[in-house]
Amino acid sequence: MVLLLAAPGPGPLALWPLTCYGAPLPAPGGPVSFPWVGGSAPGLQLLWVLGWRIATSVVCSVLLLPVCTTAFVVFSSLNLLHPIQWISDAFHNLYGSYVVFYLLLLSLVVVIISIFNIEFYTVAPSIPCSRLALIGKIVHPQQVMHSLVHSAMGMLMAWCAAVMTKDQYHVLAVPCTDSDSLDSKVARACLNEYHLFLLLAGAFMGYSYSLLYFVNNMNYLPFPIIQQYKFLRFRRALPLLLRHSAVESLYLVRNFCGLYYFLGYIPKAWIMTLHLLLPPPLDSLSGLLDLSLLYHVWLCGVFLLVTWYITWVLFKIYATEAHVFPVQPMFTGDSEECLPKVLNGSSPLIIKYLALQDLMLLSQYSPSRRQEVFSLSQPGGHPHNWVAISRECLALLNDLTQKLVIYQEAAATNGRVKPPPSSVESKKPPVMEEIAFQTPKANLMSKALMPSLVKASLFSSKFTSPDSPAPIVSLFGDGVGSRMAGVGDFKSPVYKGPLSPQLTRRGPRLWTSLTGELWTGGALIVSFPAQVKSFLSKRVLIVYFFSKHPEASIQAVFSDAQMHIWALEGLSHLVAASFTEDRFGVVQTTLPTILSTLLMLQEAVDKHFKLPHASSRPPRLSGSLVDTSYKTLRFALRASLKTAIYRITTTFGEHLNAVQASAEHQKRLQQFLEFKE
Amino acid sequence: MCSLSLFPPLPPWGQVTLYEYNNELVTGDSYESPPPDFRGQWINLPVLHLTKDPLKTPGRLDHGTKTAFVHHRESIWKRCINAWCDVGVSGVLNEVANSEEEVFKWVKTASSWALALCRWGSFLHGSLFPHLSLRSEDLIAEFAQVTNWSSCCLRVFAWHPHTNKFAVVLLDDSIRVYNANSTIVPSLKHRLQRNVAALAWKPLSASVLAVACQSCILIWTLDPNSLSTRPSSGCAQVLSHPGHSPVTSLAWSPNGGRLLSASPVDAAVLVWDISTETCVPLPWFRGGGVTYLLWSPDGSKVLATTPSAIFRVWEAQMWTCERWPTLSGRCQTGCWSPDGNRLLFTVVGEPLIYSLTFPEHSREGKGQVGGAKTATIVADLSETTIQTPSGEERLGGEAHSMVWDPSGERLAVLMKGNPHVQHGKPVILLFRTRNSPVFELLPCGVVQGEPGAWAQLIAFHPSFNKGALLSVCWSTGRIAHIPLYFVNAQFPRFSPMLGRTQEPPAGGGGSTHMPLFTESAPISSPWDPSSGTSWSNSPTGRL
Repeated sequence: MVLLLAAPGPGPLALWPLTCYGAPLPAPGGPVSFPWVGGSAPGLQLLWVLGWRIATSVVCSVLLLPVCTTAFVVFSSLNLLHPIQWISDAFHNLYGSYVVFYLLLLSLVVVIISIFNIEFYTVAPSIPCSRLALIGKIVHPQQVMHSLVHSAMGMLMAWCAAVMTKDQYHVLAVPCTDSDSLDSKVARACLNEYHLFLLLAGAFMGYSYSLLYFVNNMNYLPFPIIQQYKFLRFRRALPLLLRHSAVESLYLVRNFCGLYYFLGYIPKAWIMTLHLLLPPPLDSLSGLLDLSLLYHVWLCGVFLLVTWYITWVLFKIYATEAHVFPVQPMFTGDSEECLPKVLNGSSPLIIKYLALQDLMLLSQYSPSRRQEVFSLSQPGGHPHNWVAISRECLALLNDLTQKLVIYQEAAATNGRVKPPPSSVESKKPPVMEEIAFQTPKANLMSKALMPSLVKASLFSSKFTSPDSPAPIVSLFGDGVGSRMAGVGDFKSPVYKGPLSPQLTRRGPRLWTSLTGELWTGGALIVSFPAQVKSFLSKRVLIVYFFSKHPEASIQAVFSDAQMHIWALEGLSHLVAASFTEDRFGVVQTTLPTILSTLLMLQEAVDKHFKLPHASSRPPRLSGSLVDTSYKTLRFALRASLKTAIYRITTTFGEHLNAVQASAEHQKRLQQFLEFKE
Repeated sequence: MCSLSLFPPLPPWGQVTLYEYNNELVTGDSYESPPPDFRGQWINLPVLHLTKDPLKTPGRLDHGTKTAFVHHRESIWKRCINAWCDVGVSGVLNEVANSEEEVFKWVKTASSWALALCRWGSFLHGSLFPHLSLRSEDLIAEFAQVTNWSSCCLRVFAWHPHTNKFAVVLLDDSIRVYNANSTIVPSLKHRLQRNVAALAWKPLSASVLAVACQSCILIWTLDPNSLSTRPSSGCAQVLSHPGHSPVTSLAWSPNGGRLLSASPVDAAVLVWDISTETCVPLPWFRGGGVTYLLWSPDGSKVLATTPSAIFRVWEAQMWTCERWPTLSGRCQTGCWSPDGNRLLFTVVGEPLIYSLTFPEHSREGKGQVGGAKTATIVADLSETTIQTPSGEERLGGEAHSMVWDPSGERLAVLMKGNPHVQHGKPVILLFRTRNSPVFELLPCGVVQGEPGAWAQLIAFHPSFNKGALLSVCWSTGRIAHIPLYFVNAQFPRFSPMLGRTQEPPAGGGGSTHMPLFTESAPISSPWDPSSGTSWSNSPTGRL
């Protein structure tokens, strides 16, 4: 059974190359191939590594399927009063040959679910900044497809579960005699509503799973805080997973019952054209209060969620496992796979993450691999490894510094007097020419192209501060600016790369078309848009959807901070180790650059934490399956930055006074040396 | 094996140990008046005398507002909901079982049965792990590294790893932070800061202090430039995990990344990432909990002792562990050598110090602890009689806590109170140690405090560059810092100014000590242990 997946175009989510999967058989021999396009593909071997990891995770989840199925069958024929009969019945059910067929079907479901996991995973979470953006995220075509396929899979699983449960659930149509015409005696097919209920519940649960998957950012791959063996990680996740599934299934059953009570007649009426109905109808209170039915629906939900979550957890565990990249190529041919090349190249983000994680680990735990980093090239004697690694880390950190500075500039313009919007729109802003066309600065451009009013409100929640000197600002309510913000969410600082002109104008165009209509109004022109806007801003619903969550934009800035944290840790450990291990002094040449980069970043981070909402922590959810660590990555970055500087200063001590640095940085370093930061 | 019979005589009664110089522990009349020729070398540290009187007694048990309200009997279901929120299922069962005529008879009977079953289960669990039935205060006092946690005015003491700064927990659970360079003494108080059992400063940081409390871990962030003496509780971050209380031990990784926390009630050790507030419970196998955690100075291994006769050593890269189960009692205390290759530990009920070696190469091997198969006995602390000028004195017993200085040259052992020794006063024994090329343990002396003062806890300064600095908290509330001057192998750049400019303040050197414990080296070393291995060969002796 070979399954081919048509990937939905080269979208931003399709980071992993197209994958074909082998049969979900226990034997790890399925054909795994990676058709990819493009010249700058990372080494063949790396993709093989990733492919094998995914394949193993899928195989593992398929192998766990019989266990889950057995548990499901045992629990579904629960009979506490006759335990021996219960067990023997359950095993009798399991021995049937049809069980193999259902297992194959369920394996298919698991494979499809894992393909969706692979297609939709991300290492940097996307954080919707307003409720509208969240809705936009959910109704995105790709996500809609995700939801549809998941509800179909849910229905399929519910069907398997219903058939395996036997009892009264196992067929849709049951023979019945028409009670109205007793004399006819013709056996007719009647609808078994229990079966229908179970199927619809499965579809509903599949859809809810998909919805929660996106709302809770479950496609985000959090890397573990400590390295552990895969089995131990899985075992640790298992009790949590079971509890979470059981509780969530309970909530889903409740929601589904409510839904069925009100809307259950629609599918029933549709199917009734084919069959008759068995009394009593289930979309009544008495029908829904059938404990056995509720138990079976709940159990089916638990079965569904447990299988899917196991697939998801295994994928996470396998994908985030540390991979050892060689520092130096063993042969000249395979230089593509080594650490410096992977760090510098344009490989998929996950490979870059793995490379940075490996850099952090090698700098901390492996003296022999550190020695390779500090080594010189054989003919020529250049420290290529160190130069490449440090350059890439420093570039990452500089990017972050710039991103933070731009964010702060945007936040600082809040409340200042702005030139009227027309001038901004008519002529090119002067900022344009000054900016070098660098990736993180693209944000600034997009902001400059927008009406400055919008810009003012985009990046800060303190829009309507009472001491605002700009009358024009106070003219508009909070909602308008944030409405623009909601529309222009693509300008969130996560967005990288130059913007297409089409995109850039998307935000303002809404308003230009509006004002264009009103231009004929003559004198009204100044006040009427304002009235419209203030009118809109007073509508609770609009404010509700368009208001920006102040913390979300801050979280979005740091969404990929895990990379920077590893770069900081790797770099600082390497520099600290170089104090004793660097025989050729290769690190010394870059030490001033590293120090100044770190101190500049420290300055930017310090300033950033003075912004409103930046230093408040979101409430912590302990013991939940859903990972929310991405919400607090900024604190992790701040802590590891400080630790990194301290690591260098405590190792080098007084020697740092000999390092060239500006007076300001010298002063700052002295502070660090005296432990006064 | 080193035994106590070769210890130098105890200092005369009424004298206090001031410092070590030239292999001699120098005593004086009081801490305030060191010998005049020594004053120039006195380190600038606050010598504290915190007395019990101004402190509030720990009698503030109930902080709630319950007492201010008139008692009103609610309906049974309301009470059940309250009990569910406060205690959980057992609370609800208790409420139902104790209700009169409010519920059906069979409900009441069923809940009494369920309650009895619960109690029986917890009793069974408690009989397997007897310590679980203790109150949490007793639990902390039982496993604490201080001799008298419950009623002494100093509870916990912690040096900052890099600067001359330390934090002390007083009997009322407030924390004071003393700094040698500043007169400001911040006092930390928090609503949740109760029954503090451990403190730990974050390495590679100026200001982060982790506090193990009754129900949670508090992470204080103290701005070192702040002039405030009463930081608000907004500076504290609260970390809690269900089932993980009381927290009795904390350990930061030496590179400042992760924090470990342990509770004698929870079998799992938690690894915390403080900034993202995520925690990973480490897997467990047996034993009712974890009482004491100690991270080796090189960051590669962690010692975790349990209330049962077993202790574990975790390897800190892949987090696998090795267990040492064949002990006669639980592991009381332990300490790591500076390179993390040797662990000294003591066991409850045995007056011995054991040593366990870990090979160097286990650092590269992933997921391997690779400790030695058996532990060797390096010191016998059993009770002996030693001759003093004033007569015979008895010395010895079980060790209560043990600290090794960061350079690996001095080992201080705080003994358990023994009625035959010094009228039950805990004695502090000081040993000289050497780690390479072979392990050596030699007696150095007994640290004595003021008459009537009991040693409460001992700690070494983590970055004292003139030798080692032993801080001793006495039951009178005094914190004494006893500098031990020697040429420190960890700071070879330090030149002993004292030795060149001044005559030794008291007593001549020249004491001839025999090597009392010498481990045979695996390879023949240039340094021959049989001939002239006396202390005078060591760099210290050449002072």
